Amino acid sequence: MIEQTVFYIFSALLLLSAGLMITVRNPVFAALFLILSFFSTSAIWLLLEAEFLAITLVVVYVGAVMILFMFVVMMLDINLSALREGFARYLPIGGMVAISMALSMVLVINAGEFGLASDTVQRHGADYSNTKELGVALYTHYLYPFEIAGAILLVAIIAAITLTMRGPRSSKAQKPGEQVLVKSTDRLRIIKMKSEGADSEPEKDPLAESKLAQSEDITVKKESL
Amino acid sequence: MISKAEILILMPEIFILTLACLILIVDTFSQDPLRRVTYYLSQLTLVLTAVLVIGFSPEQTVYAFGNSFISDGMSVVLKTGVFVISFFAFLYSHEYLKEHGWLKGEYFVLGLFAILGMMILISAYSLLTVYLGLELLSLSLYAMIAMHRESTTASEAAMKFFVLGAIASGMLLYGMSMIYGVTGSLELGTIATNIESNGDNPLLVFGLVFIMVGIAFKLGAVPFHMWIPDVYQGSPTCVTLFIASAPKLAAFAMAMRLLVDGLQPLLNDWQGMLIILSILSMATGNIIAISQTNIKRMLAYSTIAHVGFLLLGLLSGTPSGYAGSMFYIITYALMSMGAFGMIILLGRKGFEADELAHFKGLSERSPWFAFIMLILMFSMAGVPPFLGFWGKWFVLKEVVDAGFVWLAATAVFFSIIGAYYYIRVIKFMYFDKADSMTAIKASKQMRFALSVNGLALLILGLMPGALLAICVSVLSIAA
Repeated sequence: MIEQTVFYIFSALLLLSAGLMITVRNPVFAALFLILSFFSTSAIWLLLEAEFLAITLVVVYVGAVMILFMFVVMMLDINLSALREGFARYLPIGGMVAISMALSMVLVINAGEFGLASDTVQRHGADYSNTKELGVALYTHYLYPFEIAGAILLVAIIAAITLTMRGPRSSKAQKPGEQVLVKSTDRLRIIKMKSEGADSEPEKDPLAESKLAQSEDITVKKESL
Repeated sequence: MISKAEILILMPEIFILTLACLILIVDTFSQDPLRRVTYYLSQLTLVLTAVLVIGFSPEQTVYAFGNSFISDGMSVVLKTGVFVISFFAFLYSHEYLKEHGWLKGEYFVLGLFAILGMMILISAYSLLTVYLGLELLSLSLYAMIAMHRESTTASEAAMKFFVLGAIASGMLLYGMSMIYGVTGSLELGTIATNIESNGDNPLLVFGLVFIMVGIAFKLGAVPFHMWIPDVYQGSPTCVTLFIASAPKLAAFAMAMRLLVDGLQPLLNDWQGMLIILSILSMATGNIIAISQTNIKRMLAYSTIAHVGFLLLGLLSGTPSGYAGSMFYIITYALMSMGAFGMIILLGRKGFEADELAHFKGLSERSPWFAFIMLILMFSMAGVPPFLGFWGKWFVLKEVVDAGFVWLAATAVFFSIIGAYYYIRVIKFMYFDKADSMTAIKASKQMRFALSVNGLALLILGLMPGALLAICVSVLSIAA
């Protein structure tokens, strides 16, 4: 009796928070309602004696995924009016589809069809370990699907890195090790040039003259080194 | 407990997964801008896995890992088909990526993972493995499309594919949960026997509807086809080529496993749904394709029309009908690969030959490749003696045998409409003046592969018996 009451309370909470999640205007509230619906789901799982799943749901989804989600929601400047554009335009047809779907689902689905009405949850003693049972099932009977799931996660990592990495970036930090090792030849290139204007006509181009001066300058530098 | 024999059955999958990881590491250390090592290793992996699949092919159907894996004649043939097609697709892709200058080693790694997903899907014998194989395949494909970051159309295509694919997966899972709820089993064989012994239940049909939505989406049947034109047009041509060829074999296998192996007792229910999907696909695909000016988009609508034809064989509900469908999907994959390969051949850096006008006067620029394109287009239109004709012929024969003469007549009617836009391409190539006489720049491998691809359609079309005999024999054992 108590169990049933608890079930109905959490089910109602779940439905309410799920509904509010998609109707509420503020995205932060929507994320918070999603968290609430995860909590209610985990409570229902506890009633089914699925402790491990219930705790995983809280730890993984509420603890990690939703917190990241909240960060994203708070950091991004989501323009709500753009998101809600066309809501009224699609409402009639969307609403009609939704209502007919919901009606047909209500007509077709009831617990009796699944044979659930007669079944009750199998109760276990205190020494029964849910986690151990799950682990054994996962690594024996469901080994093949488990490995495929691993491959899917690997693909997700590869894809995420491929899509976001833009190659190594060159930084402008100083490298003292290379600075110490530098030699004069790394800084100065000495070009041997035949001096112009000695036998040919004197140049009037100022640019050429400065070039000449430069080359003399370089030879002087070389001597000083 | 897992026995050594079970591991051996799974050998090809384990091998390709290991090598894909190895290639990923090798690629990290590769300095070569052409990624030759990665590319050759990927091709070698495909060849070796194909050898393993054929080498480990069992005498009769075997199950492994708590009946979640099946290895039978159909899986061996379809997997071999996937390897052959992927081999060509990788070759074309390498040429394309080299030319367009965004070659990345991860492209081939993700391709190998997609192939692993196809193999898992083809060999799936439980709802769980069907779903996981499908996700592995789709995730790799999304990433392959989005990989060309400079292109906004590619990002758009990837996003559309991703969102719609996620919705379709959700539908599929919901249907699966209904089936599981009623039958209490994930394994397809047990589901079939449970349905037979427990009789009809409205929930089963309810679940079937959602599963059908998932299948129709993955195949691209109308009204779940919306993603196909946008994704085909938006993706880089080499990815379009890959998406349009090998995964179709896997999608066919998925339909076979779910509908025939798992839900065979509901034949009367899914037959009706398939008839509707089939007629709508043939009508929409063939009629809308006429007004396309972009050849990638035209081929996308032609895919939809071909899927309609493919469903005809499935809905006949007999082993020979399934064999006809299997023959059809293999021929379709070959043709579609060749057609997209031709677009890659005509393109060059900074230029995609994806408009119909780009094919104008091809016979003057390159008589040989105009001839190959002629084979491809005639084959797609279903003109004898090319392979595409036999595909249509066998499927139609099965539909008539199953008693749907009106359906066969409708199919013929729509394929006559469809012939128009295929033959229009041929008209462009042979009777129109070329806009530019730029020489076709392609490597020897590319020219050779494309010629083999085109001529295969002609040669197999002259001798369709062998391929059909294989399809019939593997499916009559299974049924």
